[in-house]
Amino acid sequence: MVKQKVIDTASRVYLIFALILLYLPILILIISSFNASPRNKAVWGGFSLEGYGKLIHNDMIMQALGTTILLAAGAALVSTVLGTMACIGMLGMKKRSRTWLMGLTNIPMLNADIVTGVALMLLFSRFVDLSFWTMLIAHITLIIPYVVLCVQPKVMHLNTSMYEAALDLGASPVYAFWKVVLPELVPGIVAGFMLSFTMSLDDFSVTYFTKAPGIHTMSTMINAEYRKGIQTELYALSTIVFLLVLLVLFLMNRKAWKKVDGVRGRKGGRQREKA
Amino acid sequence: MAKKLIDLVGISKSYGDKVILDDLNLYLNENRFLTILGPSGCGKTTTLRILGGFETPDKGKVIFEGQDITMLPPNERQVNTVFQKYALFTHMNIEENIAFGLKIKNKSKSYIRDKVKYALKLVNLDGYEKRMPDSLSGGQQQRIAIARAIVNEPRVLLLDEPLGALDLKLRQDMQYELIRLKNELGITFVYVTHDQEEALTMSDTIVVMNQGYIQQIGTPEDIYNEPQNAFVADFIGESNIIGSTMVEDRLVDILGTRFVCVDEGFGNNQPVDVVIRPEDIVLTEPSKGIIKGRVTSAIFKGVHYEMEVQAAGFEWLVHSTVLKEPGTEVGIWVDPFNIQIMHKPASEDEEQERYED
Amino acid sequence: MKRLGKRLLAGPYLMWMLLFTVVPLVLLAYNAFTGADGSFTLTNVAVILDPVNGKPFLRSIGMSVLVTVICLVLSFPLALILRKCSGNKNSFIVMIFILPMWMNFMLRTLAWRLILLNNGILNQILTALGFGRVHLMNTIWAVILGTVYDYLPFMVLPIYNALVKIDNDVISAAQDLGAGQWTILRRIIIPLSIPGVVSGITMVMVPSISEFVIASMLGGGKVYLIGNVIEQAFNSGYADIHAGSGLSLSLMVLILISMVIYRLFDGEEGESSLW
Repeated sequence: MVKQKVIDTASRVYLIFALILLYLPILILIISSFNASPRNKAVWGGFSLEGYGKLIHNDMIMQALGTTILLAAGAALVSTVLGTMACIGMLGMKKRSRTWLMGLTNIPMLNADIVTGVALMLLFSRFVDLSFWTMLIAHITLIIPYVVLCVQPKVMHLNTSMYEAALDLGASPVYAFWKVVLPELVPGIVAGFMLSFTMSLDDFSVTYFTKAPGIHTMSTMINAEYRKGIQTELYALSTIVFLLVLLVLFLMNRKAWKKVDGVRGRKGGRQREKA
Repeated sequence: MAKKLIDLVGISKSYGDKVILDDLNLYLNENRFLTILGPSGCGKTTTLRILGGFETPDKGKVIFEGQDITMLPPNERQVNTVFQKYALFTHMNIEENIAFGLKIKNKSKSYIRDKVKYALKLVNLDGYEKRMPDSLSGGQQQRIAIARAIVNEPRVLLLDEPLGALDLKLRQDMQYELIRLKNELGITFVYVTHDQEEALTMSDTIVVMNQGYIQQIGTPEDIYNEPQNAFVADFIGESNIIGSTMVEDRLVDILGTRFVCVDEGFGNNQPVDVVIRPEDIVLTEPSKGIIKGRVTSAIFKGVHYEMEVQAAGFEWLVHSTVLKEPGTEVGIWVDPFNIQIMHKPASEDEEQERYED
Repeated sequence: MKRLGKRLLAGPYLMWMLLFTVVPLVLLAYNAFTGADGSFTLTNVAVILDPVNGKPFLRSIGMSVLVTVICLVLSFPLALILRKCSGNKNSFIVMIFILPMWMNFMLRTLAWRLILLNNGILNQILTALGFGRVHLMNTIWAVILGTVYDYLPFMVLPIYNALVKIDNDVISAAQDLGAGQWTILRRIIIPLSIPGVVSGITMVMVPSISEFVIASMLGGGKVYLIGNVIEQAFNSGYADIHAGSGLSLSLMVLILISMVIYRLFDGEEGESSLW
């Protein structure tokens, strides 16, 4: 029993150590965003919101931010639609063709991003001018496997007799698909969308090689500009991004907790949140 | 007289403010097949986990042959468990699964090989050494789980609803298999189930539990024929439970009619519960019965007909091999010996309320 | 229209993957095996043997192995602890570890710059405490630190996912059969976590071997990796897309070969006795 206590304490210490390591850099970014010290951000020069003011008026950063979000949303949307269609299509395939298709899916996942980026650049520069659209195509190619990986297991576990039951009850195949099959896949599709969206937001290598001159995403903009005295703005941006992420997490978690409460609520209690 | 093996003394256990077990006392004898029977959430699995060492009771002691083993971890107990969903090690083949405990005890290679062979023979799966658990059917996996436990020669084998996931036919086969195993091994089996038929078939002793309390301990015959309260009567088999009044010794007033019975010592004019099993009710000509009634429904059940008889404002459940068509006027007659008198429950505690385990 | 799942639905996806992953790779190979005049040559794939390229190549391999090992050593205990936490309904702690992944990795790398710069926060603290300064910035150690930080969640999550799949009863069963804590870890938990470890190693090793932007941000041009070499080949004044293609192809083949060997090795491991 004493041994168990030692293990428990060690676990807690390790967990806290890991949390500090994980969040310390982010904390430092946040503190720095309020630091008034003009040159050396490692020295505290008083509280200031200057970074935030400069951020709003920095067209380059704002444009990069807009491009990043537009690119991620568009790429995630197209990938989710194509990927989900592919997964449902795979249901009708023989095992061999399915294996081939999954192998194809693995190429961009297992290949180094830099190789994917370079190869796409070779293709684009040979036939078209680099533009926002080439970036979009590149991002879709990069993230589509993640959608397939999220949706495919759900499709494989689909209870086909539910679809058949819907047909038996007089539903048309299209109606049965929308009302019976798709709702079953929603968790996988949402997960796929979120994951691919994040992957697109975070990408540097592929964007770097396929972007048009003059268009920046956050990642390439930071890479090009981080030495040039826009640090304060970037720290402010980091803070805002972090708070946004925190908010989303908090909302998602609250919903999850509500669900738990609803199920566990006393007999008399009303059941909220039926999702 | 059989030797006492394990003694549970005053065991209490709660999770948060939910009391699972309250002052439970129970002992196990050597070479017995003991079944703990009850609805889900009655505390039977927790009792088993305390025996196995996976839970520590808040209060009370577990005594093994006179030694207090309450705080002894599972790996140091002479007790092995067969888990509900088998819990086989999916990354090891059958041989490695069965040999797991023996290798930890540093047994010799030849000893292990013989033991594995013996155990597989015992569960009728000889030759399965190199198969992986995933390639076996549910029933086969179940047998491997049993083999894996018994090679360690435990003094007590704990089985947590081991047949729950099997289909009916397989379950019945496995019941006989388990009885045979127990007789061959000569060790004590503690079997947890919510299936009364399973309990009646296999056990030497049945412990009926509800809401953390033991309701009755006895042989299958005792439990079935002489349930001590309405919960046991209702849980084991089908029955007519009727609130009645004990007029005097050997005379009970059921729904306004006096029935002769054989029970004594309940006092005069005391409220009691009466249990009459459906197969103990005899349907006669209206004039020959103790009370008159009318058959309202009849369903063929294979071995017997199940009929409902409306009489004296009560719907009597009757099992009989002789069919009386619905609408027939009948008399109801019961042998005094088959009228089981029970005390009314003392508190609401004994009223059954189901909740999840 | 009786069966759910029309193979045709996978058509667009198949076309997309052929056009944007297979064709570009074919093009890459074509460029790698041809010279500027379009004639067949092996010089481009041989440039990897030139020490100028070979050294960064080996450095990349060494660094990614080290990064992967550090990530694995840090992640396994963490995943074990998280598994215990999630046992008592604490999914919140798991969410906490995913959260930093949502921050743009360039911003996170920027935070490490702030910490590691020669007049950065780490050195300020060390000086204040009376220790000497450390010069981590612009060394390979800074790059390793940043890379570990960026890819740590990619190791933690797959291992965690594999660990939560282990039924508590399986661990109880091992304990019941006489196994102590150490035996359970060695013979039950570690073997059953192998799939997670495998995908964790893949997810950290592949991107870190081709890493070049962290190297330029924290290595300050002094840490030259194969990614930097490829980037230079395409994006500098001395651009040579044929040599760049040759290097990319070498990198891809290396990853491919190591994956095959790795999976083979892992397959044998999985089948043989784990005692």
